[in-house]
Amino acid sequence: MAIIEVVDLGKRYGPKVAVDEVSFTVEEGEIFGILGPNGAGKTTTVECVEGMRVPDRGTIRVDGLDPRRDRDALRQVLGVQLQESQLPDRIKVREALDLYSSFYPDPADWRELMARLGLEEQRNAEFGKLSGGQKQRLSVALALVGKPRIAVLDELTTGLDPQARRDTWDLIEGVRDSGVTVLLVTHFMEEAERLCDRLAVIDAGRVVAIDTPAGLVSRVDSTQRVRFRPSTPIDLALFRDLPEVSEAREHGGRIHLTGHGNLLHAVTSVLARNQVVAAELRIDQASLDDAFVELTKREK
Amino acid sequence: MLKVIQVEAKLFLREGTSVAFAVLFPTILLLVLGAIPALRTPDPKFAGLRFIDGYAGTLVVITLAFLGLQRLPAAVATYRERGVLRRLGTTPMHPGKLLAAQLLVNLLAAVVSVVLVVGVGKAVFDIALPHSPFGFLAAVLLGAAALFALGLVIAALAPTAKAAAGWATLAFMLIMFFGGAYLPRFLLPDVLNTIGQYLPPGVAALQDSWIGTAPSLLHLAIMTLIALLAGTVAAKTFRWE
Repeated sequence: MAIIEVVDLGKRYGPKVAVDEVSFTVEEGEIFGILGPNGAGKTTTVECVEGMRVPDRGTIRVDGLDPRRDRDALRQVLGVQLQESQLPDRIKVREALDLYSSFYPDPADWRELMARLGLEEQRNAEFGKLSGGQKQRLSVALALVGKPRIAVLDELTTGLDPQARRDTWDLIEGVRDSGVTVLLVTHFMEEAERLCDRLAVIDAGRVVAIDTPAGLVSRVDSTQRVRFRPSTPIDLALFRDLPEVSEAREHGGRIHLTGHGNLLHAVTSVLARNQVVAAELRIDQASLDDAFVELTKREK
Repeated sequence: MLKVIQVEAKLFLREGTSVAFAVLFPTILLLVLGAIPALRTPDPKFAGLRFIDGYAGTLVVITLAFLGLQRLPAAVATYRERGVLRRLGTTPMHPGKLLAAQLLVNLLAAVVSVVLVVGVGKAVFDIALPHSPFGFLAAVLLGAAALFALGLVIAALAPTAKAAAGWATLAFMLIMFFGGAYLPRFLLPDVLNTIGQYLPPGVAALQDSWIGTAPSLLHLAIMTLIALLAGTVAAKTFRWE
């Protein structure tokens, strides 16, 4: 069942079109990503979903609610983590959690949440003294303290170091596994690929594709590249004869093959038949990165 | 809501310098001035009163001006700039309640500070308790309301927290000057004293109700008017983000 429905959303700020035409639905219990370059309209889109901005046109339903008309009811089911929003420097971790939990009629146990997010040791630390990762974790904790059915997380891991980023990803998967639907805004491919069940790619205020990460990758040219250093010289014609290979050349003692389909298997079979060992074997395949570049390029 | 007030009060108390300045400074200033013999000797220039009697109203001005024009606009503008208000807007708690809590906490600090000044003044220097207790209470509350409302106008109109601090400091200096904090009011020319009477927080009304007989209703009415006007402007122009 769709828990979020966005249909023909449009929003402009003065002459600048932030969101031109965006439609998507988010199923209950999934992590749905909104991926796009900076300025694509991602944040404006989720701000309309959160009821923080009034769309110029289009309809939005969040758990059956209209974000503008049913603002109060929406606040009870939606947990929000905003991009670049902070707390007062002097507030302590436990005070912030206690305070935010007091806003909801049936909040989560904030002590448990604090432990789950690994903030136990910082319980008496002031917000201004926390590291970037700790601040993000607190921010996620505050988004979850009202036991929301939907969590909207905007640029969750921007500015975090790689370890903190991976920890945060584990955390979000845990959130989804506890039954919360997650709407995730990001411009990190790796993050989208790792976390999202489905993705909407937004560019210049429009949705250019909605699919699973794997589905998006398969949409782009499926060219693969294999290169290796053969243990003994081998005739390139042996590779050119393969139906999977479109191009074969040798450069600096390395063989470079371009092709598609089950390229690697075909190539290793030839090598095995000829008793050649491939050293320094590298395979390049299209990634979400390529898919993203391809999808957003086509629009321009 | 109670929790919001509690947290805001804790945050206020954690800012050591503002507590010291707003709550304790007027009392300390009174003690320092009172330690100078000439300033606690009756002087015919003040109709037989002492300098420290004449300076009493100004001590209240210092408290109210600091809270209303330094603490309040800085806190509110910073909350907006750092997205604290916006963040709160995504929860069932309206961010307006945070502002209400801020006002309340600053008002409480003002009351504590004034009670301290009055108490220490009475105990140490035998400065009379306010002759018109209700008039004094009204003068303090209306004066605070007028200055706090001005502080909120600054917070509402200033584009950034930095700008708010700059504007607020300018207003603070003017209010302090006309309130007699820098030069005692008896040294100021009449025209400046007259202006000072009508500027918030109304040093004349404070002084009259404390060591005079009663505040002038005109002065109180003007403070009320300023509070209402500035309050309306602040409410109409306030941006949450």
